[in-house]
Order: sequence, then structure tokens, then C-alpha cells
Amino acid sequence: MAKYIIKRILYSILVLLLVSMLIYGLVRLLPNDYVENKLLPMLNQGTVSEDDIQRMKELYGIADNSFGGIVKGYFGWLGNALKGDLGISFKYSEPVAKVIGRSMWVSFIIAVLAYILVYLIAIPLGIKSAVKQYSVLDYSVTTFTMIGISLPGFFLATALIKIFAVDLGWFPQQGLEDATTLNEGFSRFLDQVYHCILPMATLVILSVGGTMRHTRTNTLEVLNADYIRTARAKGLSEKTVVYKHVFRNTMIPMVTMMAGVLPSLFGGAMILENVFSLPGIGKLAYDALVVGDIPFIMGYEMFLAILTVIGTLLSDIAYVLVDPRIKLGK
Amino acid sequence: MTSLLALSKAAVATLVVLSVVIVAVAIGVTVYLVLRAKRPQKAAATSSENVSLADSVRVLSPTRLVLRRFFRSKLSLVGLGMIAALLLFIFVGPLFTPWGESEIDYTQVTSYNYREISVKDADGNEYTVYEMTTFVGNVNKNAYPFTRSDEEHGNRLHLLGTDENGRDVFTRLMYGGQKSISLSFFTVILYVSLGIVMGSIAGYVGKWADQIIMRIVDVINCVPSLPIMLILSALLESMEIAQEQRIYYLMGLLTLIDWTGIARLVRGQILFLREQEYMVAADALGLSAPRKIFKHLVPNIIPQLIVVMTLGLGNMVLYEATLGYLGLGFPLDVASWGRMVNSATNNEVLKNYPFIWVPAGICIVLAVLGFNFLGDGLRDALDPKMKR
Repeated sequence: MAKYIIKRILYSILVLLLVSMLIYGLVRLLPNDYVENKLLPMLNQGTVSEDDIQRMKELYGIADNSFGGIVKGYFGWLGNALKGDLGISFKYSEPVAKVIGRSMWVSFIIAVLAYILVYLIAIPLGIKSAVKQYSVLDYSVTTFTMIGISLPGFFLATALIKIFAVDLGWFPQQGLEDATTLNEGFSRFLDQVYHCILPMATLVILSVGGTMRHTRTNTLEVLNADYIRTARAKGLSEKTVVYKHVFRNTMIPMVTMMAGVLPSLFGGAMILENVFSLPGIGKLAYDALVVGDIPFIMGYEMFLAILTVIGTLLSDIAYVLVDPRIKLGK
Repeated sequence: MTSLLALSKAAVATLVVLSVVIVAVAIGVTVYLVLRAKRPQKAAATSSENVSLADSVRVLSPTRLVLRRFFRSKLSLVGLGMIAALLLFIFVGPLFTPWGESEIDYTQVTSYNYREISVKDADGNEYTVYEMTTFVGNVNKNAYPFTRSDEEHGNRLHLLGTDENGRDVFTRLMYGGQKSISLSFFTVILYVSLGIVMGSIAGYVGKWADQIIMRIVDVINCVPSLPIMLILSALLESMEIAQEQRIYYLMGLLTLIDWTGIARLVRGQILFLREQEYMVAADALGLSAPRKIFKHLVPNIIPQLIVVMTLGLGNMVLYEATLGYLGLGFPLDVASWGRMVNSATNNEVLKNYPFIWVPAGICIVLAVLGFNFLGDGLRDALDPKMKR
């Protein structure tokens, strides 16, 4: 096991290296040059000269756009990143790690609460609809699931804003805090929670379908297994069969799936955060992308890639932990 | 819109044919099955005298079995109906609509602005006066559903009103759908082909080829796709590619990102199928590698591929809409469902003119839902383990 994990980690590092090269190359080719964008108005007014811009670019480390320059820039970035220094964000003028660390929590809290709700709703309903296959409940769950999967996030979010914020006025339309009142301490926290309800609801509706479908398929598979027939043949009550034997076996793939949601927990939802103007990591990353803030984009993308790698590794390990029949080989 | 291009024309032609074929097949198969369902009783009645095995046993070909299973599920029928209706709407609909894709309605409309003025006279009575300013705009924008343009502009109907630039929403829905469905269709075909080729090479050749291809798959899987799409679209913009050609590049980019799933599927299946007896037979016959792969291995994966492709179509529609919503992808004046929903970021539109963005959202949901239902139905129907 330990050997397997070490091997996997070494392999992940290789993948991450390749990912960072790919992303750095692409980001450096981005047309939205941060310095030029920022200084263009001043250049037009004549308050700065071309030389100044060139000097600024040197300072930001993006002056040399030839192949050699990009390679040099990459190794510079890599060296610093390995030392734990992700650089200073152009747009936010703060260390990238600090900005990510700060904005991550907004996304994380929304996502965690949403996912807890999703599992609380999806798992019981999924099992119920599998046990009573082809019932009215099953058909309605399947249909609802499908609609949830098919909804584009931005449309659902806009529709919820229109209904609950604009028309009914129950919830605030956008943002994380009420700008007109000054809240301190606990009331500020309550205000933030209040602002997060709509985004959370959107996230729940969007993800509940997939989880429900997953649970249903797994349960159906387990229900057809030989040991379930044995359990029934033993004369166990249907309740014991479902809640003791089926449920626990259904949870095996579910646990591995839970480990796999790691990137979506911390990585933020780019589109949703944009629609709701939440200052989470997704929105900050989008804004950084638009202006060509290279250190921040690199930091964010690598953060996501690392989360993905850890998520896959965790789900493999979780698989072994919950299912003693499986051995990690090779 | 002549600028939307050779591809669009070819796509429209192909897909008009395709949609007609799908509808025809759907109707034909239904009629056939209904007729078929009635026939056996008659046969049973007449064959009571000299019974042979051939009369009493009905042999169903695998295709027929699949079709029967498919048409038994109500949800897949719903999906088929939704897709057929949608294809008719977007490819045949433009023939009947009085408006063009980016045609602006220049009907002069008078709009009113009023403000309240409170005045107090000398006795202390308060009066409220409304000051009204009229204002004649020369574009019929944000017109309500079921309104018409004036005589001068042909007295034509706006079934769903006009958007904030005075273009007919209903017509734009059709053209937006054309773009979205044709882009999805061709992209799915492209990335599935790439996936098949890469997956079969990895699975069949193995060794170093497998290593290299699967490492590439791992790297691409690790890269978050939406941010990368944003970067790539921005790159497209900077490369100053002609507006009409951007769709090709977009398709290429989406292909480069999406083939990994298919490659994994194909590779896994081929690793499994390679060990089967008939492959030993193919080896013994001395067939060439491409022939073994494409004539004997790939056809065995086709059922799974059909399912993945159908579900992939839904995903691609969703993806295209997301890009459109973010203002990427298609050129600005071209209709796009995603961009129509994006109109709602304007507060005025969000509050007062739901008919501009809600129908586009519903169209996206319907298209994706239709493909998902269809894919699920096909999955159940094509699974040989399902006996029902």
C-alpha cells in the first residue's frame, strides 16, 4: 500500500509538471498583456513613454515573449513555486497564495453546505427510487434528475435571481454583503449567510441530479447481486435487506465519489460566482483571466490541478479502505 | 447573413436532411411496431393445423430487439420527440419566419418617460403633477411578444418580441439553435474519431504508445477545462482570425480537450476484447493491424460509443451555451442561445423583459434534456445484459 501510494505521488508530480508547462505556455501567449492594458491610456496621453512600458514589463517579468523568454520565465516561476512563493498577483497586488487562501473560504463554505444538502437529499431518494423501480416515485426522481443535469448553471442562477430576488424580493440579488448597512461580528456573519442562500440553492439543484442518478444505478446493481438473493432467501425482512445489506454496499462507490469532489469544494464555481458577484476564488480567477494576471492564473490553475490529483488519489485510497476485497496492485 | 459561412450552409443542409430522416425513421418504426404487434395473433390463429417450428417461434434480429427495448421506454420516446421537434424548429422554422437572423426592426416607436412633480400652491394644497416626455426611437427594441412592426416595415409579427437591439427573439432562437446543434454535432464526431484512433492505438499497440497516450490523457484531465477554454478563446481573438472562421477553430479546440474520455473507454474495451477468442482467430488469419482494429474491435464498441456520443451532444450544447454566455465563441451579431441568456445581466432586461432571455434558456434545457433522455434510452436498449 505504502509503496503504491509513493509511486502514485511521484507520478502525480510528473503530471503536475507537465500541466504547469502547458498552462504557463498558454498563459504567456495570452493577448491581454497586463502592463500594456494598464498603461495604454497613459501612453496615449503621453504621461508614460514606450520605454517606461518596456521597463514595467521587465519588472513584471513578461518583457521577452520569444520562446527562450517564455522558457526562462517558466523556470523562474517553477523555482519560486517550489520554494513556496507563487509570486505577487498583478491585479490584486498581493501574494497569490494569500489571495487564494482568503477567497477560497467563501467558495468552500458555500460548496460544503451545498454538498452536505445534496447528499442528504440524493442518497435516500436514489435508494428509494431504485428499490421501487418503475414506480411513480422512480419516474419522477429520474425525470427531475435529468432536468437537474440538463440545466445550464448560468440560466438557473439567473432564473432564481429573477424569481426570488427581483420579483419576490426575499433574497439579495448579488454580492456577499449588504453594502448599505455596516454589520459587525455575528450580524455580519448572518448577513453573509443570507447572501449565500441563493447560490447554495443553485449549486444543490445542479448537483443533486447527478448524485441521485449515481446512487440509483449503484443500488440497482447491488439489488441484483447474489448475496442480496441469499439475504432474502434467509428470510430477512425487506427492511433489513435494504438498510443493512443494500445500503452499505451502495455506499462503496459513493464514498469514492465523495473524495472526488475535492476540486469542486475548494476550486469555486466560476460561472455561478460571476452571476452572483460573490468574491470567491472562481470570480477572482475569472477577473484575473480577463486582464491577463499571469501569477494569479498560474497559481489558480495549479491549485485546481493539485486538488484534482489529490482527489483521485484519495478516492483510490478510500476505495481500498471501504471495500476490503480490493487490493491496490502494481 | 451570408457571412455565416460555408460550414453553416453545409451544416444546415446536412442537418435538415438528418432531421427529416430522424423524424421519418421515428414515425416509420412506430408504425411498423404497431402493425407488427397486431400480426402475430393472426398468425397464431391460422397456424393451428400444421405447426412447424418456424411458425411458432419468432426470431428477432439483434437490431429489432434493440429497437423494441428502445421504444418500450417512455422517456426515450419523449427524448426522441423533443429532439425531432427541436430539429424541425431550428432547421425548418427559418423558412417560415418573416424575420432574418440579425435583421433589425426599424419601426419607429414612441416611448414615454414620466416623473412625478409635487407642487404646493399658496393655500398649502398639494398637487402632484406628472411630467411626461415622449421620445421617438428609430429601433423597435424590447418590443413585447405578439406585437407587430408597422406597415412601412411589412407589418410582421414578433412572436416573442424583440431584444435590446430590435432583433426578433423567436427567429434568433432558431438560428442560435442551428449554430449550437451543428457545432455540437461536428465537434462530437471529431472528438469521438480522435478518441477512437488514440484509444485503439493505446490499447492495441500497448507499451510505449500506451504510455505516451495515457500520460497525455492524464495531463489533459488534470487541466481545468473552463479556464483553459477562456484562455484559448482569448487567444483566438488575438490571432485576428476572421469572424467566420472562428467556429472551425472553436471546434478544433473543443475536440482537443474532449477526446480523452473516449480514448479511455476505447482503450479499456480493446484491452478486454483483445483477449477474446475471435481475436485469436483474426490473428491466426494473419489480418493486418488496422483491419483487426477497425473491422473487428471497433464495431464491438459501437454500442457504447453511440451512447457516449448522444450524451456528449447534450454536454456540448451546454458547453457552447456557457461559452456564449461568457461572450466567447461565436461573433457578436450571430445568434447564440448562451448569449441570449446573457442579456439578463442587464438589470433592465432582467427585471422587465423576461421574454428576451427565458426562451433561450428553455431551448438549451430542452435540447440537453432531449439528448440525455435519448442517450439513456439507447444505453438501456443496447445493453445486452438487460433482458426486459
